[in-house]
Amino acid sequence: MKLYRVNALIERDMRKFFRSPALMLSSLIFPLVQLIVLGYAFGGKIKNASVAFVDEDHSVESRRVKEMFNGVTAGPRTLKVLDYDSFPKAVDDLREGFVKAVIDVPHDFSRRYYQHDRPRLVFTEDNTDQFISSAMMQSAQDMTTALNAPDVTGRLDAQVELNIVEVYPYIEYIKYLLAGSTAMGIFITAMIGGGITYIDDKNRGLHEGYLLTPIRKTELVAALIGAGTLKAFMAGMCLTIIGGLIAGIGGMWHPLRLLYLAAVILVASMSMISLMFLVMVRIDDPLVPRAIFGVLNMLLFFPSGAVYPTEAFPSWLRWISVIDPFTYTVHALRNLTLKNTGIEGIYMDVLILIGFSAVMISGSLALFKRQL
Amino acid sequence: MPNAIEVDHMTKKFGDFVAVSDISFVVPQREIFGLLGPNGAGKTTLIRMMTTLLTPTSGTARIGGHDIISDPNGVRGTLGVIPQAFTSDPELTAKENMSIHAKLYGVPAEKRDALIDQLLESVELLNFRDALVRTFSGGMRRRLEIARGLVHSPRIMFLDEPTTGLDPVSRTHVWDMIRTLRDKQELTILLTTHYMDEADKLCDRIAIVDHGKLAALDTPTRLKDSVPGTEIVEAEFDGAPADWIEQLRGLSHATGVSEREESVHITSNDGPATVATLMDLARARKVNVKRVMVQTTTLDDVFLHYTGTALRDAPQRAAHEVSPFSR
Repeated sequence: MKLYRVNALIERDMRKFFRSPALMLSSLIFPLVQLIVLGYAFGGKIKNASVAFVDEDHSVESRRVKEMFNGVTAGPRTLKVLDYDSFPKAVDDLREGFVKAVIDVPHDFSRRYYQHDRPRLVFTEDNTDQFISSAMMQSAQDMTTALNAPDVTGRLDAQVELNIVEVYPYIEYIKYLLAGSTAMGIFITAMIGGGITYIDDKNRGLHEGYLLTPIRKTELVAALIGAGTLKAFMAGMCLTIIGGLIAGIGGMWHPLRLLYLAAVILVASMSMISLMFLVMVRIDDPLVPRAIFGVLNMLLFFPSGAVYPTEAFPSWLRWISVIDPFTYTVHALRNLTLKNTGIEGIYMDVLILIGFSAVMISGSLALFKRQL
Repeated sequence: MPNAIEVDHMTKKFGDFVAVSDISFVVPQREIFGLLGPNGAGKTTLIRMMTTLLTPTSGTARIGGHDIISDPNGVRGTLGVIPQAFTSDPELTAKENMSIHAKLYGVPAEKRDALIDQLLESVELLNFRDALVRTFSGGMRRRLEIARGLVHSPRIMFLDEPTTGLDPVSRTHVWDMIRTLRDKQELTILLTTHYMDEADKLCDRIAIVDHGKLAALDTPTRLKDSVPGTEIVEAEFDGAPADWIEQLRGLSHATGVSEREESVHITSNDGPATVATLMDLARARKVNVKRVMVQTTTLDDVFLHYTGTALRDAPQRAAHEVSPFSR
């Protein structure tokens, strides 16, 4: 392999890349918008979910229940409690979307309370929205637990208590999403700067000019993947730094941490551009890469755990995540940005990404045609 | 002196379709060799095989002494190729395009800049050295591609329809460049073209390819001589008798007579001799000759003679079915 030929084609691609800021901007804008919009949209806690409160008992105990709900309204503001006189009217409003849940204190609540006859509250909820439903259920259950707690605890309490220790400080969703957005930026650059540009150059006949020179197949593939990797690496580093500042990742500027981030982004870029090259190596129609862009994005981004943990996936989706380079990119970047791990937290991801790239490059070399 | 190009029984099939069928010819050094043929005749497929972009189904070729099958990189190093479509990068400057190609051919760094300037000057683009190629006209771009094709000092150049799409001034400029290249740099040049006047003015020898086969190969003059009825006498008469056309058929060297509106076309093997006997006959029969002119045979006539007059609207299978770079 003659490196001067590889360098010549890399130089060509880089000159074009710097001459056309549109590619760099388009690679950065979408992931940044995604980071900001999704980061803040998904990251917030549920606030002011309207709950109808129906007191059919009108007792001291029912007022105690109401006071606890009012406490949630005033404190964490998860719920906004509205008084209703009639349970059927409250349920009608629930069905019509005016309230998200109905708390009903039945007329025999206080009697059963004092008779120790399993007093019940009825929580009727709109479960079409799982996120709001879960948050309201959690609030209602917390309040029920508080109602059941004895007013005075014994000196030697035999109840088991769970003390929760969080290893890391509270992590906002935008920080959690940063790794996914960076991977997305690398993917977009690989797709546009590697896939689409490659097919367009083929279609415009530019590659015919190179095929007429003494350049070898390995040199051509190395140059195209090398240039694409460099472009995706630059986009990935820019996104990590800008996104890190937006999300407020602490300690980003430690040289060793930056070095590890650069290493992960470099191998992630190589893995995605080599995957893209393998997909595109026999494609001639410039419309094809544009058409499959969305499908590839969906297949690679969402199963990777970028927005939702892979542990929640069904088994078939987990298999996609296992062979998805996004998965290892996101895992390694999250370890570095959220947990500040060292090499021990990323080396396995890096090795897998290098192995993945090797397989993709071997496939590309086998399929790449040196002739027309 | 060994031949620059030797094509040896070369055939290319795409499935059942035979794009090139058993073509052989040689091109001596310093010759400008023209390859003519209608659309889809197999010219581009033939050139692509000779430039190692396609592998022949059978047969081979030696370019500058290098076999296209056993030594394709030797061929690529010997050749300068200007493909039919523009292959220079519009997002790069003229100098950058040249420089990247020079690097691909391993031109030493210390020679590169001076060589690029010299070549750009030779195609009158030195003033546009740092301009982006996307701002160039078609003629400028073609000249740049010719300069780029010379960056590694090839001994043989292939030009696939080098003047297609250019205005008459640019075409003339490209012709001058091709002649200069042959004369000053002692290059062997193989070109394809659709323009008969271009082939007539430029080429030392011409091969006509049709249906993938070699239909004719000779100098332009000999090719014209090979067409029967090589000249046409066109005349208009006043007061011609009813049997006048029949009498014209007996003129010296006449091979055919036809009426076209007001005029009569007489095909002849010797136009001046036919005109002389025509004038004698007209005087004897008291027919007034209003106008007479002799048209010599052109390469267009040669081309039509060897390839027929039917339009070739068949799909370009050879170029498009197999090429990932189809345009």
